[in-house]
Amino acid sequence: MDKEYLLEMKGITKSYYGNTVLKNVDLSIKPGEIHCLMGENGAGKSTLMNILFGMNVIHSTGGFEGEIFFDGEKRDVRSSFDAMNLGIGMVHQEFMLIPDYSITENIKLNRELTKDNFVSRLFGPRLKTVEYAKMGRDARKALDKVDMNIDEWIRVAGLPVGYMQFIEIAREIDKTGIKFLVFDEPTAVLTESEASNLLRIMRKLADSGIAILFITHRLDEVIEISDNITVLRDGELVAKKKTSETTSREIAELMVGRKIELSGKEKKDIDRTKDPILELKDFKVKMPGEEVKGINLKLYEGEILGIGGLAGLGKLGISNGIMGLYPTSGDIILRGEKITNPLTKEMLEKRIAFVSEDRKEVGLVIDASIELNTVFTAMNINGEYLKDYKFFTLRDKKRIKERAEQMIKDLDIRCTNSKQMVGNLSGGNQQKVCIARALTQNPEIILVSEPTRGIDIGAKKIVLDLLKKLNKDYNMTIIMTSSELNELRGISDRIAIVTEGKIAGILQPEDSDANFGLLMAGKSIEEDRGDRDGNIH
Amino acid sequence: MATFIKDIGFPRFLMSLLLIVILVTAIVVGIPIGMVLTDLVQRVGMYGVIVLAMVPSIQSGTGPNFAVTIGIVLGLLAATTAIEFNLVGMWAFLFAIAMALPLSIIVGLLYGKLLNACKGAEMTISTYTGFSIVQLMCIAWIVIPFNSQIMRWPIGKGLKTTFTLESTIYKVLDNFLYFKIGEVEIPTGLLLFFFAACLLVYAFTQSKMGTAIQLGGMNNKFAVASGVDIDRGRLVANVISTYLGAVGIIVYSQSFGFIQLYTAPLMMAFPAVAAVLIGGATASRAKVSHVIIGVILFQGVLTSSMPVLNEIIPFGSVAEISRMVIQNGIILYALTKVDGGQ
Repeated sequence: MDKEYLLEMKGITKSYYGNTVLKNVDLSIKPGEIHCLMGENGAGKSTLMNILFGMNVIHSTGGFEGEIFFDGEKRDVRSSFDAMNLGIGMVHQEFMLIPDYSITENIKLNRELTKDNFVSRLFGPRLKTVEYAKMGRDARKALDKVDMNIDEWIRVAGLPVGYMQFIEIAREIDKTGIKFLVFDEPTAVLTESEASNLLRIMRKLADSGIAILFITHRLDEVIEISDNITVLRDGELVAKKKTSETTSREIAELMVGRKIELSGKEKKDIDRTKDPILELKDFKVKMPGEEVKGINLKLYEGEILGIGGLAGLGKLGISNGIMGLYPTSGDIILRGEKITNPLTKEMLEKRIAFVSEDRKEVGLVIDASIELNTVFTAMNINGEYLKDYKFFTLRDKKRIKERAEQMIKDLDIRCTNSKQMVGNLSGGNQQKVCIARALTQNPEIILVSEPTRGIDIGAKKIVLDLLKKLNKDYNMTIIMTSSELNELRGISDRIAIVTEGKIAGILQPEDSDANFGLLMAGKSIEEDRGDRDGNIH
Repeated sequence: MATFIKDIGFPRFLMSLLLIVILVTAIVVGIPIGMVLTDLVQRVGMYGVIVLAMVPSIQSGTGPNFAVTIGIVLGLLAATTAIEFNLVGMWAFLFAIAMALPLSIIVGLLYGKLLNACKGAEMTISTYTGFSIVQLMCIAWIVIPFNSQIMRWPIGKGLKTTFTLESTIYKVLDNFLYFKIGEVEIPTGLLLFFFAACLLVYAFTQSKMGTAIQLGGMNNKFAVASGVDIDRGRLVANVISTYLGAVGIIVYSQSFGFIQLYTAPLMMAFPAVAAVLIGGATASRAKVSHVIIGVILFQGVLTSSMPVLNEIIPFGSVAEISRMVIQNGIILYALTKVDGGQ
């Protein structure tokens, strides 16, 4: 093999329970190189890293095919300790620091410098004395390398996130013989100046001979700092490029690609001269991990509005915010009526239904029957499916059963009978029950979040066709939020792309891959095509 | 067989087996079975309503109501008030359960608010709330200005620790339509009352509010997303549970023939919790059927094992000690095995 590469992964193939997530992927990195690994959520980046670090999740699911060469030799990495011994380190996206320890203690965690004492000679090495002074000096050296002139004995608790990121890096480079560092989306939580500082440090580390694998979604950063780029899509290697020979537009196009043909969605005439049925004005949602930081959006009667974007950047917050499930600010204007701080009950009463992205936790009661799951919201909000006995009301078992059986038939829910616990259904059928519940509520607007997450391809098609049918036959207005861009393009009339809690732009389904990729990566589109409603930010 | 045991739940299976073994042994060692069954039926009626108090609280997600002692002391307060007013018979009984209602609403709401303030630790909170309220009432029983000769200490202040209900409400329910089948005495009124209470609680679980409370207890987030006011549901459930505790102790006392004050209610929640768990409930799911099955199994084993043990080991207080061991053993076992039998 070629000696000039530090790390070579060859022909990596991995499948989980028959579902192939990586197909014959190669990755090679030279010493001192900054190499970017790009791809959408689910493209296979994390799986590739799990293989490199010998994570248990790989080996407990039947291992993988392919070979890993490091430093010119074939290696068998069985655990993250093996990886560490080889000189491979990782800077995590979430900080793994102990808040009540000092910076030095965190840097040296589990690798404390110790010396023998009287007790340890008698009872073994676990009782050796920790050499704080020496540890402090080492920590100082590591911190200097990342240009941090902070006191090495300060407690980590209360430091700004930017500092924590650098402490993580200092910990990795303090490890003796570190040759290869993986940065997993390190800039996602940093401010702009912190991020540019980080990029500078990465360059400095690379110049000292350490190879760096940089995983990020931000195209600007990639173009700015990397030497080479590898793009994954759906578990396949789609391109290997020299950064100097490509553009962010090309990379964006490669990342998104086109996976399924856009059939079945006939163009619908939406009357956008009328007032919108739902409008959001400077709408903010405090949903942890999916924060919405002020958006304006118009939804017209009878349309399917897609909301896309990468995970964790706020697209899921919009529907949850409209339903009043998380604190919001700004206005919702529903059929001309202004609502601030929506209450869930009030929104349901105004005939908005919600299919949550969190099927098991929010969408269903796992221990209850299909019947009860189907009719509960309608019962609670509209007072339907109840029998009135003047002084009290009881559940109307007959009508509940009829409704559930009708839904089972219409949505093709595979079950033994309508009394079956939904916990015993497959993911796709559970999703159908969620939709059945939303439909039973008899809504005018339905908010559907990640309807195809974790369900098989057949069920996916049924769910998407159902949404299309509802829209076409009953003129139902739909907001569909999904991480699967191609699904959105197959079903929506317009697609809003959300990045960093804001709407990056609204595109037509037939717009170019490059435009979708650029918006998702947080870049604006050069030639301003815009949408026809002037909602671009 | 294995799936059969799994279906009915291991605790239920084990207790049923134990009950059968004890009843067979009773016949073998020559204990009059009529007496054992009479005792069993009466005990089921006596304890039933208190066990029923567990259903709303478990369904609402606050777990078994270890603080059912709150309801119990309120019921005692209502019963003593009825006696203080010189009421007797059915009127005294009806007055007591009517008076317990407003008391339960007020105190149940306060207790519910406490539970809402410390979600996630309900079982511990309720256990200690129950203990505290009993101790607090120990003071109340002394300072309460009641003058009824039945209840007062002949000299000094306060109410007696135990006093008879012979002249007031003794067996007002038990003797209603009372009859005998051979050797077995049937306290018809007591059983009717218990089943009527079961029916009401069942009807509540089938109502709109009851359904919302139940689903809220099973999955908080789901209920919130369907516009359910979870906190309100928990308040209502705990008011109902408290009231059932109050009614339960009045029913118990009229059948028992005595009212026991001061620290007597301290441990009364535990057998009730054990019974519902053995009946097939878990800390998060309970049905009325669990109450009926549970109270029969739990009280059945407890009452029938006593004479049997007395017969087999006829010295001193071994039977009494065994009763404590069995009762607490069952409670402990039930608490560790809170699954099965849905």
